[in-house]
Amino acid sequence: MSTPRSPMAPPRTFLWSRRIFLTLLTGFVLIPVYVMLSSSLKPLADVTGAFRWLPTELTIRPYIDIWSTVPLGRYFVNSLIVAGAATVCSVVIAVFSAYAVSRYSFRGKRVFTVTVLSTQMFPGILFLLPLFLIYVNIGNATGIALFGSRGGLILTYLTFSLPFSIWMLIGYFDSVPRDLDEAALVDGCGPLGALFRVVVPAAVPGIVAVAVYAFMTAWGEVLFASVMTNDTTRTLAVGLQGYSTLNDVYWNQIMAASLVVSVPVVAGFLLLQRYLVAGLTAGAVK
Amino acid sequence: MTATAPAAEATVRKSSPGTARGPRRRTGRLRRVGLPYLLLLPALLLELLVHLVPMVIGIVMSFKELTQFYIRDWSTAPWAGLDNYSVSVDFDAPVGKALLHSFLVTVAFTVLSVGLCWLIGTAAAVFMQDTFRGRGLLRALFLVPYALPVYAAVITWVFMFQHDNGLVNHVLHDQLGLTDKPSFWLIGDNSFVALLTVSVWKGWPFAFLIVMAGLQNIPRELYEAAALDGAGMVQQLRRITLPSLRPVNQVLVLVLFLWTFNDFNTPYVLFGKSAPEAADLISVHIYQASFVTWNFGTGSAMSVLLLLFLLVVTGVYLALTSRGRRTAQ
Repeated sequence: MSTPRSPMAPPRTFLWSRRIFLTLLTGFVLIPVYVMLSSSLKPLADVTGAFRWLPTELTIRPYIDIWSTVPLGRYFVNSLIVAGAATVCSVVIAVFSAYAVSRYSFRGKRVFTVTVLSTQMFPGILFLLPLFLIYVNIGNATGIALFGSRGGLILTYLTFSLPFSIWMLIGYFDSVPRDLDEAALVDGCGPLGALFRVVVPAAVPGIVAVAVYAFMTAWGEVLFASVMTNDTTRTLAVGLQGYSTLNDVYWNQIMAASLVVSVPVVAGFLLLQRYLVAGLTAGAVK
Repeated sequence: MTATAPAAEATVRKSSPGTARGPRRRTGRLRRVGLPYLLLLPALLLELLVHLVPMVIGIVMSFKELTQFYIRDWSTAPWAGLDNYSVSVDFDAPVGKALLHSFLVTVAFTVLSVGLCWLIGTAAAVFMQDTFRGRGLLRALFLVPYALPVYAAVITWVFMFQHDNGLVNHVLHDQLGLTDKPSFWLIGDNSFVALLTVSVWKGWPFAFLIVMAGLQNIPRELYEAAALDGAGMVQQLRRITLPSLRPVNQVLVLVLFLWTFNDFNTPYVLFGKSAPEAADLISVHIYQASFVTWNFGTGSAMSVLLLLFLLVVTGVYLALTSRGRRTAQ
């Protein structure tokens, strides 16, 4: 009578409460998504008058106009460069750090992990202005433009995702059996060889999870993007506000642009969420 | 290049030390000892550049009279002693009063938001623990709010909260007739509800994700044994699920607390540069105190006070929760 998955059939009240709860939650989650999608296909008249659940006519006009109302294409490229570079750097650096913490014991290890993790609690507002001053001074002293450049934003963003990434990868690397990299060391691999030939391949889900997190962090950040970019380096987070500062608020275009900038991250996230759950299961929450 | 000297061997955490004796190399020991530091160097340098040094500068700034006159060359700004702090915590004067108000709003907001996010996330994860048709699809769907970029998601809510053409008033007023007249959601007292709604909508999937991952580490046999002993669903939840989730929850609640308390993106996109009083979260408040009034000294002092508060709360929280952890290990 008992199957391996559910030894006892769940009682009816449970099934009903599950059904009701999940239905309500689905509605709560989906309504904004529906508003975004349906409004992006409406003519302007439909979004300036009282709200309508259904468009009077479907139009793809907003999807054409968004690119000319503000230079969305440029913002898009900027965001891609910044988030992409920040992700790659953050993951590589996190892999090195997590490997050191997971496989070696050394003086200052606890101080390192505690310090890195505690930066998570720093209010961004506390170091926004000092960081701005540091970047400007580095620029004046060395000629390396960090303020207003993509490079500065990349540096900033990669440290935002670093603490969580290191923390998660430590847990993940800990779960990779030590015998594996010891065998590699015996076979004559150096420590880095053991890391890249054995530990990293065994930790792919954790690394993918960390990469997804790093990309999302960089793609969605608003505060530093609004202070640290100029017209040519502006990212989507700031650029999207360009539609609403105009006299007419083109809500259909805003929704279309929101959808367009969301698709890459949401699609990527949904494709890779399996890894994220696996990574969290093996790493962070263990 | 395995460890040869006993001292170096002690620095290597291995499950079976000494089994692998590699070729002797003079640099072996140095590399052994130096390698972890070398591996940590990039992370350390970046954390120094972006977090730690700016924090120290921020603390120094909080003791300076850093107004617009000195912003060009802030090192020339006169020292202000504790003036910035006394202004910030003088709760009878306008600046301190506004800060205290903002702090209390943030506390209320954070407690409610973290509580609701945790509750909804846990409930959803527990309800979806067993497989059923459409579970995978539903799981992907539930993660969408978390995956959406903050500004895209929040801007959609801004549209929904519009007075004349928003969905919320259309449903509550036009369709359900619950209010006498269309309400304002992004100004006045309602803005707190609006902010909380958006924050929970955006935040609960993270709790869901973490709890879901935590649930997968609970051995199936525990439930089977409990079921054989006649434990019902509620008892299984109380006796197995929630206790097993405790370590996960301890971290989850702390992370949610810090993120929510420091959240800038959501209120900034929702309300713009000046948040309504009822939803005046501390990070936007400090941003305004610094960048709108150009008084960076006071703004820094407020940031430092905020950091101290978060340090104390985190410290107490970790002290309280780690006691149980240590005995478990």
